Amino acid sequence: SAQFQLAVPVAVVFAPGSVPGDLPRSLPFRDVQEMEISVNLRPSITSRYEMVYRRTTAQEEAALDVATAREADAALHPLQDASLGSLTMYVVPESSSLLPQGISVYVGKHRSALVRAGGGLVALRTRLQQLTQVMSFTASSISAALSDRVPDGQLGPDARRHLKSSLGYEITFSLLNPDPKSHAVDWDIEDAVNRYVQPVLDKLSLVANFSVDSQILYYAVLGVTPRFDKESSSFLLSAHSLPHVINPVEARLGSSAASLYPVLNFLLYVPERSHSPLYIQDKDGAPVSTNAFHSPRWGGIMVYNVEAPASPQVSLPLHVDVDMVQVMEVFLAQLRLLFGLSREELPPEFLLESPGNEGLADWELDRLLWAHTVENIATVSTTLTSLAQLLDKIGNIVIKDDVASEVYQAVASAQSAMAELAAGHLHLAFQASKEAVTSSERAFFDPSLLHLLYFPDDQKFAIYIPLFLPMAVPILLSLAKIVREARQRKKEPTKMD
Amino acid sequence: AGMAAVLPLLLPPLLLLLAAAGPGRARRDALREELLLSPLPAGDVAATFQFRTRWDADLPRGAVSHYRLFPKALGRLVAALGVRELHLALTQGFWRTRAWGQPPLQAPAGAELWVWFQPTVTDVDKAWKELSNILSGIFCASLNFIDSTNTVTPTASFKPLGLANGTDHHLLRYAVLPREVVCTENLTPWKKLLPCGSKSGLAVLLKAERLFHSSYHSQAVHIRPVCRDASCLAVSWELRQTLTVVFDTFSSGQGKKDWSLFKMFSRTLTDACPLASQSKVYVDISPKNKEKELLEVTPPPASVHEAIVQGDKRTYAVYDLLSPLLFNTSRSLNVQLKWKRPQDSSELPTPILHAQRYVSGYGLQTGEISTLIYNTHPYRAFPVILLETVPWYLRLYVHTLTIITKGKENKPSYIHYQPAQDRRRPHLLEMLIQLPANSVTKITIQFERALLKWTEYTPDPNHGFYVSSSVLSALVPSVIAMKDVDVEQSPLFTSLFPSSDGSSYFVRLYTEPLLVNLPTPDFSMPYNVICLTCTVVAVCYGSFYNLLTRTFHVEEPSRGGLAKRLANIIRKFRGVPPL
Repeated sequence: SAQFQLAVPVAVVFAPGSVPGDLPRSLPFRDVQEMEISVNLRPSITSRYEMVYRRTTAQEEAALDVATAREADAALHPLQDASLGSLTMYVVPESSSLLPQGISVYVGKHRSALVRAGGGLVALRTRLQQLTQVMSFTASSISAALSDRVPDGQLGPDARRHLKSSLGYEITFSLLNPDPKSHAVDWDIEDAVNRYVQPVLDKLSLVANFSVDSQILYYAVLGVTPRFDKESSSFLLSAHSLPHVINPVEARLGSSAASLYPVLNFLLYVPERSHSPLYIQDKDGAPVSTNAFHSPRWGGIMVYNVEAPASPQVSLPLHVDVDMVQVMEVFLAQLRLLFGLSREELPPEFLLESPGNEGLADWELDRLLWAHTVENIATVSTTLTSLAQLLDKIGNIVIKDDVASEVYQAVASAQSAMAELAAGHLHLAFQASKEAVTSSERAFFDPSLLHLLYFPDDQKFAIYIPLFLPMAVPILLSLAKIVREARQRKKEPTKMD
Repeated sequence: AGMAAVLPLLLPPLLLLLAAAGPGRARRDALREELLLSPLPAGDVAATFQFRTRWDADLPRGAVSHYRLFPKALGRLVAALGVRELHLALTQGFWRTRAWGQPPLQAPAGAELWVWFQPTVTDVDKAWKELSNILSGIFCASLNFIDSTNTVTPTASFKPLGLANGTDHHLLRYAVLPREVVCTENLTPWKKLLPCGSKSGLAVLLKAERLFHSSYHSQAVHIRPVCRDASCLAVSWELRQTLTVVFDTFSSGQGKKDWSLFKMFSRTLTDACPLASQSKVYVDISPKNKEKELLEVTPPPASVHEAIVQGDKRTYAVYDLLSPLLFNTSRSLNVQLKWKRPQDSSELPTPILHAQRYVSGYGLQTGEISTLIYNTHPYRAFPVILLETVPWYLRLYVHTLTIITKGKENKPSYIHYQPAQDRRRPHLLEMLIQLPANSVTKITIQFERALLKWTEYTPDPNHGFYVSSSVLSALVPSVIAMKDVDVEQSPLFTSLFPSSDGSSYFVRLYTEPLLVNLPTPDFSMPYNVICLTCTVVAVCYGSFYNLLTRTFHVEEPSRGGLAKRLANIIRKFRGVPPL
């Protein structure tokens, strides 16, 4: 159908002394670069970078006149275009001391980057293009978002790790204590959530609604008995047994009865006394440093070993206070992984600023929005297509007015989302795509469209068999008679001869 | 969640290392578990498990989302749907009040759900529908069949059991599904809500194969707000999970009334749930008929608890599973009870209040529902609230309602009647009836059976249609004056229903569910009719077709076939000229 175009507004700002000599026009000027994203899909997706080249303003110049890149980033932040999805790149002179030695690209916490000039316009262009992709989307991030619609072979192993786009997520932290007789485990989850998780979720609140809760489950055991290793006198869980760990635990986790959002589970497992310490081994047999693993689209599990008491006569249960900093570091890293926010392999001259306590840079949020918008539009199209297929299959299905209006609404919202994407308005596009998903799901899951409500045609035939069968008898008999007579007539002329 | 991947974490310095969390705060939730074993007059044994989780937190505000002992599934439900009080019971069998005495906790056969919502809930019906659907998922029960045709809003019978300011009964919903069959799949999720599961503590006795091999099985969940302390300035939330089961030891024990934990549950107790702050087994050893003690419990109990329960002085042997002395001598506790000499099962002590209900009449058009309520108290009269919910397809004739006590008409002091609407809501009849001392009150009402549409019949319609139990709520005068006791200290089985004053105690009884036959059509008839008409049409069509397509031509006379020769022989015998 229509062209699927993702437009990214990029401002390239040249600091004094950084303008390359071979610019085609004098500053400021506009330039558009288009690129096809090679996903085997219909409609094809093109990305369109709308570049605006200009010189720094006096304010920006002042902001760049600081000691470090981090300070420059902080000073530049209030001067930028704050709208989602738009990027600003400051080109600094080759000799600038803002960037450390050997680093030519610095990506800040917000939507800007510092690029070292040098090597003429062509070299700068490739660098800028690479940078734009890092900060917005790449072919692989878009195809990961469409992973359910792309044939298997074309995807990397991590493509299906990302959570599907949804209007909300429920995050559940569970402490599994299989041995409450020996360990009285306490965790200050409330404080840890407020301190570490909430800032990230506040940032992500633009993407979806989040709810966080936690529970403690006693006598919840893993589905695998760990192997005892004599050398280290510890217990080991090998990588290939990890898939079997989750299922028995999951029965205890409890479903999210009160909402329909997908659940992200983060489990902290304190192994029973008879199985501690417990370590997870990777595929090569080396212990995993974090003692944690994650399961794509499901969540993560971390094993938390309790130190054995010094004297064996210590009175049970042993009181354990979980070190939440250690735990939350792992869980937050897993959360980023599940949202597809893991930082990709980058050339060594790239330097990414750590997002700090917020756990998430502004441009990472944009990446998520780009991917989710594309995924939402694709979901809407799939939902509406399957609805259309259902209607084709059952001719006499009744479409109520409200269902019809939801479908119209979904189509209109999806179209407006695509238009906004092409115009480079990421936020509006995302909002529209969310609305489209909501209406299309509401239409698709309307109880009046249950196909079981309608008689399939083969059952109607079954009912009328008592009519059709006796009626068929004389017809078949006379057909047989006609055939017989025709044969006889054929024989007769030969007889005459 | 099949796939899993080891995570090689390259952690950016995500978290600034902040000071570790403060020292362990005081626990705000507590678990008590309790088992009450009471030999019943008829020789059966009733075992009542109670697990109480108390949480000093304000659940419905939605601010609390970190759960420890309180199950998350229920906590979220209460918070999300604005539930103030929730009572769900799933029961198989019927508590025979006449033979077994007053039940500690009775529930009607099938599923019973009654819920008080918060005053902040605007659309109570929507919340009720959503709640029953979610509960149906949690407990694997058919609670999703609760709809407006079996939901009522009683005005007087079901008062909040917990803290409540204002009892606007529009916030109450009550429904019973008498057809519901309770089995293992309902027990497993119920056990999963216990902090210790069935791994340790009293819950190890809950083995499905024994529990459902019994005369009566009832499991329930009660959630309500309670006072946090005596001053009652703050609210705590209480979850009570109760399970009552009645074993017929008399018939399975070769006529002996002796029993033991192992005989009943095929398990013994080895420890208390490590999370419980109290874990006790009570055995009712009250002397019957003022005789000397006939019972002998082994092992000898460490202490004896005396309490006034349901207007009667009772003595209980107490085993405290948390006391280290108990498991000193033997590794497990197998409570046994022996009768010192065969007890003459002469007369059973009849309970003060009991009731009976039956349906009478003949034919498939009209009928009559009769309820008999007995007050056997020798000299005290007391009022009782009767609640009847009758499905819409039994059309009650309210003018035929008669209440007769000792041959005279008894006028109820309060009547609330809400007529049914076809396919919309059931009949609701609530009455406050005064029961004179030592009397039988008979309440009858006639009904007409409605014709259902053919899609409205349940599977197996010839089995009949259930009418849910009617509910009797009464403050029964006590024989002995009761003392005010601290609820937190007394055993759990005495503290679900609030006692109003020392002279009476609250009893809620359920009568038998009724099974009524409705005029049922022959469901295969439409298909038979289709078959018959189709055959007729096909035969007609066949002969018409033959008539239209057959070519007639003159045939030279011949000796004819076998049929003609046979016909000619017969004609010859008859003396008719041959063909």
